[in-house]
Amino acid sequence: MTETIQQPLLSINNLCVEFRTQQGVTQAVDDLSFEIKHGQTVGLVGESGSGKSVTALSILRLIQEPPGCIPAGQIVFEGQDLLQLPEKQLRKIRGNDISMVFQEPMTSLNPVFRVGYQIAEVLRLHKKLSKKKAWQRATELLDLVGIPDPQKRVRFYPHELSGGQKQRVMIAMAIACEPKLLICDEPTTALDVTIQKQVLALLQRLQQELSMSMLFITHDLGVIADLADEVVVMYRSRKVEQATTAEIFSHAKHPYSQGLLACRPKLHDNPKRLLTVADFMSESGEARQPSAEQLQPQIKSDKSHNPVLLEVNNLKTYFPIRSGLFGRVKAHVKAVDDVSFTVRKGETLGLVGESGCGKTTLGRTILNLQPASSGQVLFDGVDVFAQTAANMRQLRSRMQIIFQDPFATLNPRMTIGHAIMEPLSIHHAAVGKQQNWQRVAELIEQVGLNPDILNRYPHEFSGGQRQRIAIARALAVNPEFIVCDESVSALDVSVQAQVLNLLLDLQEQHGLTYIFISHDLSVVNFIADRVGVMNQGKIVELNTAEEIYRNPQKPYTQKLLDAIPKGF
Amino acid sequence: MLWLILTLTFFLLRAAPGGPFDQERELPPEVEQLVAQKYQLDQPLHQQYANYLKSVLSGDLGPSFQYADHSVNQLIGLSLPVSLQIGFCALIFSLFCGLLLGIIAASYADRWPDLVAMIVAVIGISTPNFVIARLLILWLAVHWQWLPVAGWQGGDWPYLVLPVIALSFPYIAAIARLVRGALLEVLQQPFVRTAQAKGLTRTEVVFKHALQPALLPVVSYLGPAAVGLMTGSVVIEQIFGIPGMGRYFVQGALNRDYTLVLGVVLVMGLMMLLFNLLVDLLYRYLDPRVKGT
Repeated sequence: MTETIQQPLLSINNLCVEFRTQQGVTQAVDDLSFEIKHGQTVGLVGESGSGKSVTALSILRLIQEPPGCIPAGQIVFEGQDLLQLPEKQLRKIRGNDISMVFQEPMTSLNPVFRVGYQIAEVLRLHKKLSKKKAWQRATELLDLVGIPDPQKRVRFYPHELSGGQKQRVMIAMAIACEPKLLICDEPTTALDVTIQKQVLALLQRLQQELSMSMLFITHDLGVIADLADEVVVMYRSRKVEQATTAEIFSHAKHPYSQGLLACRPKLHDNPKRLLTVADFMSESGEARQPSAEQLQPQIKSDKSHNPVLLEVNNLKTYFPIRSGLFGRVKAHVKAVDDVSFTVRKGETLGLVGESGCGKTTLGRTILNLQPASSGQVLFDGVDVFAQTAANMRQLRSRMQIIFQDPFATLNPRMTIGHAIMEPLSIHHAAVGKQQNWQRVAELIEQVGLNPDILNRYPHEFSGGQRQRIAIARALAVNPEFIVCDESVSALDVSVQAQVLNLLLDLQEQHGLTYIFISHDLSVVNFIADRVGVMNQGKIVELNTAEEIYRNPQKPYTQKLLDAIPKGF
Repeated sequence: MLWLILTLTFFLLRAAPGGPFDQERELPPEVEQLVAQKYQLDQPLHQQYANYLKSVLSGDLGPSFQYADHSVNQLIGLSLPVSLQIGFCALIFSLFCGLLLGIIAASYADRWPDLVAMIVAVIGISTPNFVIARLLILWLAVHWQWLPVAGWQGGDWPYLVLPVIALSFPYIAAIARLVRGALLEVLQQPFVRTAQAKGLTRTEVVFKHALQPALLPVVSYLGPAAVGLMTGSVVIEQIFGIPGMGRYFVQGALNRDYTLVLGVVLVMGLMMLLFNLLVDLLYRYLDPRVKGT
């Protein structure tokens, strides 16, 4: 008995995974080995493209072959090499002994089946339950993962549930057969911080109740601090460090792990600029130490005497809810409900709140991209809503926006150069083509990219690079004011730090004024001078960043603060 | 909607030069006047229009100008069931073959079964159906003598087979291409990976999880396709000697047989509306997301 317990549940030995395409062979995982013991949680950490998700998919042989290919290695689960197992036996393990929770809860559930059916399907397949019993069990599972009113929701389709609920359904599906190993591939990355906290707590509880092992994959070390017993850090397809969670957090050895730990904004004692992986490790992988200058504490200068740039008075944006045959307006969704504030020149105002609190609508209404229901927005003394189309166009060159998803907002058939050129040829046509192109090259250098890339297309870039390009495009017309709408939320923490630093540098150089919208208080706290907390269309609390986290006045602010992963 | 179609067709027909009784040899003016009087063509246009609308509303599509002893109701009553029968068989046949080819192509993407299926599809789309019809007759009817060359005989099945295949060919090809494209896209979706991770077999994944979402574009195509199939194809009817509705449409238009053309247009419009309604209902069933709107 003791012998079987000492044997690891899963051991990955010298795993190599390659993707063979016409452009050549890409090594996605290179000679990776680690073990997961019974009841243990292992965190697999690394940035996008480091091979961590590919590792997870390889365990159940879910990578697409071709182009994927596993030329070497073993994945031993309870004495069997999963890589050698015939398809038929592997299917008995999938969903039964080993199951997975994926990153995108929105698209990982089949949109045309009821959630109850999708959960029941696993039970009928592996546990041979009758249709009725499986459905009943599905209802119980929904209750177990904390979905309110499961009797009713079991009959819902995925689109009728919120993102957090969908991820709970995914979890219910994964634990339906009480697996021995649960693989979670970035299960909380697509969720708000408050929902993330709930889902993490749920996973922790379930792990104890079902005494299963867990492999938890994430790009954010902070997320697994409370969850994992052991951490494996991957960088560029290789394992660079493996240690217990406590060891990693107290004294990480590899410079990459140190960088990962340092780049997450903290609520206390942030440096002037966030440290990045590059501060700990050179391009060639040599370790180095961040300079003393970089470690200087952040001091936010007092901007309360600067002239006012933006004034928002009693702004309301309502969306009508129509129903009936003739679409009569039955009620309104109050996306922005009587909001007033001012932003001073050179200042950054942070807006935080959960999905659906109205922060994005507020940003878009200020820029007149979304018609307001009532209220006033004064930009440098000019009433934004009372402009002719021609004047508005001119005003637009002074106010810009950077969106969350840089891939969706860059035209895939337009080269990067043309994308940045476009606003220039609209607003500065008189300057001449030659000079405008020179300006494009300057801009791309300013955001830390090489001008050689100008005739490439958006899909050739990583998420962080694309966001830099979006920033360059916004800067092209020399704006004074930029709304950053969740501009770093889709990025890895290590890349997020670089983009935040870039935004701060640009603010210093050009005297920019920002409204920075995010659901993550720690990010807002780092970049903003003042912070407005939004809930249900209203600003519930507005104060300096320091006061907000030191001395929150409202329970809702406290709730947002609690949701930030600790672990430091 | 139907009224709009009818009105537009009515005035467009009248705007075209010539009349139903124009012939190479001129008729004596008295005869011409008598005929015009009989069919009320001597009245002002708006009066004719009002009369026609009135009779349509009471269910009478009027007399045919060309087939003197028949009313339009009778002509359509005889030919519509024939067209419907062929059209319905062709619809089922093209759906079945199209789906099969599409699924095979998507499951073996970029391998030889895919290539074969898609070559068949390209040939199906690009070959005119009179060529296919003649080839089918040549091989199956003349050479091997399995099936009758042409004729109708009240819709006996051996007479049905060849026209149905010939009629279906382009539709099979179109459906196969639609299914292949949609299925390949759905197979890339994360929820397909979820289904695989549950331990389902490849066949279960394709048929249960991927096929239903992939059917949506096919369903939208099905509405117009069904109307096209069921209102009859002049070419196919001509080749196989089938008394369907398609030839009335073309002959009616050539002969300026106003009431016959209007009648056929009315039936087509009605079917178009009906099938689009069916498609919308089917869409709702297949994609629960459509409901709320």
